Amino acid sequence: MGNLWNQFFQRPDYLAIAPEIVLTLFGLGILMIDFMLERRDKFLNAVTALLGLGFAAVKLLMWMFQSQTPSYSGFDGRFSLDTFAIFLKLVIVLATAIVVLISVKYLEVEQVHLGEYYALLLLSAVGMMFLASGTDLIVLFIALELMALCEYVLTGFLRGNRRSNEAAMKFFLLGAFSSGLLLYGMSLLYGFSGSTRLADIQAALAQRPRGDALVWVAMITLLAGLFFKIAAVPFHQWTPDAYEGAPTSITAFISVAPKVGSFAIFLRLLLVGLKPFDGQWQLLVIGVAIATMTLGNLAALSQTNIKRFFGYSTISHVGYLLLGVIAAADGNRDGLLAVLIYLFVYAFMNLGAFAVIILMRRKDIIGDELDDLSGLMARAPGMALLMLVYLLSLAGIPPTAGFIGKYFIFLSLIETGHYYLAVLGVAYAVVALYYYFRIVVAMFMKRAPDQVPLESSWGLTVALVVTLAVTVAIGVYPEPLIRLAQTAAVPLF
Amino acid sequence: MLAQSVFLILAVVALSSGVMVITRRNPVHSVIWLIVTLFSVGGIFLLQYAQFLFAVQIILYVGGIMVLYLFVIMLIRVETVAKQAPYSRQWAIGLGAVLVLACELMYGVYKGVESFHLGTPSRPPVDMNNTEAVAGVLYNNYMLPVEIASLLLLVAMVGAVLMAKKRFE
Repeated sequence: MGNLWNQFFQRPDYLAIAPEIVLTLFGLGILMIDFMLERRDKFLNAVTALLGLGFAAVKLLMWMFQSQTPSYSGFDGRFSLDTFAIFLKLVIVLATAIVVLISVKYLEVEQVHLGEYYALLLLSAVGMMFLASGTDLIVLFIALELMALCEYVLTGFLRGNRRSNEAAMKFFLLGAFSSGLLLYGMSLLYGFSGSTRLADIQAALAQRPRGDALVWVAMITLLAGLFFKIAAVPFHQWTPDAYEGAPTSITAFISVAPKVGSFAIFLRLLLVGLKPFDGQWQLLVIGVAIATMTLGNLAALSQTNIKRFFGYSTISHVGYLLLGVIAAADGNRDGLLAVLIYLFVYAFMNLGAFAVIILMRRKDIIGDELDDLSGLMARAPGMALLMLVYLLSLAGIPPTAGFIGKYFIFLSLIETGHYYLAVLGVAYAVVALYYYFRIVVAMFMKRAPDQVPLESSWGLTVALVVTLAVTVAIGVYPEPLIRLAQTAAVPLF
Repeated sequence: MLAQSVFLILAVVALSSGVMVITRRNPVHSVIWLIVTLFSVGGIFLLQYAQFLFAVQIILYVGGIMVLYLFVIMLIRVETVAKQAPYSRQWAIGLGAVLVLACELMYGVYKGVESFHLGTPSRPPVDMNNTEAVAGVLYNNYMLPVEIASLLLLVAMVGAVLMAKKRFE
């Protein structure tokens, strides 16, 4: 018996997944504690969630700075806790914590303040964290489904609201379809290699001739499934509807955290598993990146609903992230570095913008139209200026964090000789500046549509302070982040 | 030789009962034929020395999923369904498409069989405990996915309760 125990449960393995275990336990704890809380004490669930996220972050940092083996591979080579995974896990934990902070007041206004909300957020984060360090097709797929299932439920969380239900339904159906595509590609990869481990798949694919038709089929289905998850054109159709219908705090969540998780699996699959065919998949990614930037930026021009607007804005940012992947396909480490920095920066600036939007949701006022932001400067100058900083950062204007993200993307493209892509990216950044400034014009030049006062809360205030601090600090002094991302890029090259 | 003839019998039964499932007008009859299909597929698993899959097939599909089907059938009105035309008018086109697809698949398998390096199947010893081997792989090599899958099921349960609950409080 003791022998069997040692065979199946190896202590270092479980130390490596300690952050995930902690988050899971806190998620389950919230489900139980929720029963004992009075209605007015529901904010304690948020506090519990924040505690759990804090412990997970501490565990990750401890592993990074104290462990003798910064790159640990466990569970029979199916799980790898390397600097790449730790970096992305930290982004996921921080983003989830900010979403928890901005959710409290919103859920009270919507009168759906339930413990399940926070439990699902934490479990979704667990799924993403496993995505960041999975090195096995089955681990990756199940983690992806765990992340997605939580998102579907959270999108439909406003059950009395028809748009929320419709959004959840569309999101679920398309998500299930894309999972099917992904799984088909994965089954072909397993067929080639006889193994579900990415390292074995890489070795098996290296034996095959370039331009092998079956590898193409596997690659196209795999990429189609992944493009669905990261909302790249032409697989983006669910995005605007899901973003518009979901509760605003969840729109903020799904526009940031799952992107980090999905890019984690995207990068690992492409840069490790499909590495021998990087010239081939690079062509596909180039086409999709151009389409994504074009459609995302041009469609955002004409939106009047602010959540839809940010849906298309997210699509355009995915396009920029794909540009970094293209450079990484040429073996350029700056490309991967750019993607990592961009993901980090994007998480903070987008969540900051959403914190301001959530502020507009008051009793009897939905506040998700572009016009609802009108006259914000006259009513709450501080908030308007904060929003201005986030929008400048999203557009990529120095000295904000967004500029650092875009700078490295363009740098890596120029280093690898993709000049036309860099020019295209800069051109679309100008378009983006135009549509982000539509919000600025509304805030500063137009008159307010209503006089219902805006009320902040402790959670929103903390979230705004943190996101602003990060957005400005990285824009002014980016070295620490760059150094962190440089160590994170090592395991994949 | 014996195994091959048993396989042929099971395969013919599985396919023909599968056709019966989709051609019956009465849904209850379809369900009964589906049970026959599932049983014969289970037999094919057993023929491949996959005792565990056989047991799962019988317990889960014949036992569990069939009851679920019967529940759904009890919720609809069988009499009106039985009177409706079972096929839409495009059945001829559908049949043609199915034949084309079947030919394509067969051609694909015929041409592409070398691409998948399938090893020659080694005949497992009859006394080898197949279920134990499955458990060993599942709880040793694939321990992590099994644990994440348990979380996935929990989320599905919480989500279903949340969606189905009449109202909060």
